[in-house]
Amino acid sequence: MRAVVAVIGKDTVGILAKVSTICADFNANVMDVTQTIMQDLFAMTMLVDITNCTEQYSVLAEKLKKCGEEMGLQIHVMHEDIFNSMHRI
Amino acid sequence: MLNSNDILETIKMIQEENLDIRTITMGISLLDCIDSDIDKSCTKVYDKMMRLACNHVKTGEEIEARYGIPIINKRLSVTPIAMLAAAAKGSPVKFAKTLEKVANETGVNYVGGYSALVHKGFSAGDLELINSIPEALAETTKVCSSVNIGSTRAGINMDAVALMGKIIREAAEKTADNFCFGAAKIVVFCNAVEDNPFMAGAFHGVGEPDCVINVGVSGPGVVRSAVSKMPDASINEIADVIKKTAFKITRMGQLVGNEASKILGVPFGIVDLSLAPTPAVGDSVAHILEEIGLEKCGAYGTTATLALLNDAVKKGGVMASSRVGGLSGAFIPVSEDAGMIDAVNCGALCLEKLEAMTAVCSVGLDMFVVPGDTSADVLSAIIADEAAIGMVNSKTTAVRVIPAIGKKEGEVLEFGGLFGSGPVMSINKFSPAKFISRGGHIPAPLQSLKN
Repeated sequence: MRAVVAVIGKDTVGILAKVSTICADFNANVMDVTQTIMQDLFAMTMLVDITNCTEQYSVLAEKLKKCGEEMGLQIHVMHEDIFNSMHRI
Repeated sequence: MLNSNDILETIKMIQEENLDIRTITMGISLLDCIDSDIDKSCTKVYDKMMRLACNHVKTGEEIEARYGIPIINKRLSVTPIAMLAAAAKGSPVKFAKTLEKVANETGVNYVGGYSALVHKGFSAGDLELINSIPEALAETTKVCSSVNIGSTRAGINMDAVALMGKIIREAAEKTADNFCFGAAKIVVFCNAVEDNPFMAGAFHGVGEPDCVINVGVSGPGVVRSAVSKMPDASINEIADVIKKTAFKITRMGQLVGNEASKILGVPFGIVDLSLAPTPAVGDSVAHILEEIGLEKCGAYGTTATLALLNDAVKKGGVMASSRVGGLSGAFIPVSEDAGMIDAVNCGALCLEKLEAMTAVCSVGLDMFVVPGDTSADVLSAIIADEAAIGMVNSKTTAVRVIPAIGKKEGEVLEFGGLFGSGPVMSINKFSPAKFISRGGHIPAPLQSLKN
């Protein structure tokens, strides 16, 4: 199963490092990363393979969300199928 | 790799524009629970519903977590209870209490199907059930009731129309200390559909499989936001952008329905292509019409813009789903839509315009409040008018009217939550009593000579 991690908020040092460290801690493989910075707004989307994740999907999602809150960012973790079904015919 | 703009668009829809799955409703047939002993029948109903629905809420929550999409309601609908009451002797309220028990134990919000289909006449069980509706709704909180009193092929059963006016009044009186909420749980239909996932009118039709999952989507905020980005567009362009948005919303419903069906091992029925408003800011159908170019919902042009919206939602949604059904279209419940409430309060929207809107919207006169002294005859006549619109136009129409016992025009009935608050609307003061007292049947309309 692959999940999309979307990070939105004010740009600060070490966002990518922190998010990818959490993924590594849970044995979730980061497959692709795209990030853009529009003025001060940081938007990053990350495709993560969680097939061999050491914890339940919901635990990882909760951990990332909490990390986001600490850094003043919004972090959403969602199954990739929702984007495929909404934006592809 | 997915396009990051698409990802951000979806997140914005959910976070800022209130995109959600309004309901996943499991339809359960109770035909095999019929028994001449009402207690035995209730036990069979309880056992079957608990067996099929025990994981319904948990599955909904799992899907919510996995996809990050809010699923607001998890509900159940059952075979019209009048069919069970036909065989069993005793008060049908026992069935209502059984449904309530199932709702409490499974954790669903509502169970629909305390219903009777009487468009051509009353059969065994129908009158007993209809007469028990006020008591059943006063003694339960999660049971919803509906009665089909007309159809394009059968005409309108005026005896049932006359009876329903009294039943609605009685239901409101019995729950007068609880915002007359009994009346908010009764829908009177013309051309009722068998696979509707929305309350209060959901029931599981006899033509349906044993158990089925139906999904209702919602997203007025998303449509409004898409329209607001096109201030100078022509009407064709507006229709196109609504279609595209409806497509995306419906795809999400299709995904959730498929997933729920897989996890629960129950066939996937339909996606109801709906725009269902809530009282939350930015979740209003009236505001879409205003965004298209009306100063207030209810102004001249409201019926035309609503027709455009309703049709575009269906066109976009049909391609996004393998099976569509239910009520499909834009809902216009007054108390559940911040824009509609506002329009009534400022005098832009009256009952007559609302009725005209129902000729082109998905269902009918929904969640509107009339003065507490409104007589049963007047309620019946409102139902008859609305049913006539449905009958002649071959569409589903319905009436869910709340007589606000003890309140007058200009006051407000506060329901709270998803049901919102209903301003008491002004009604025509002239009497239809003679017409309603005649009884009988309005014959089915011609299907040719359509002028």
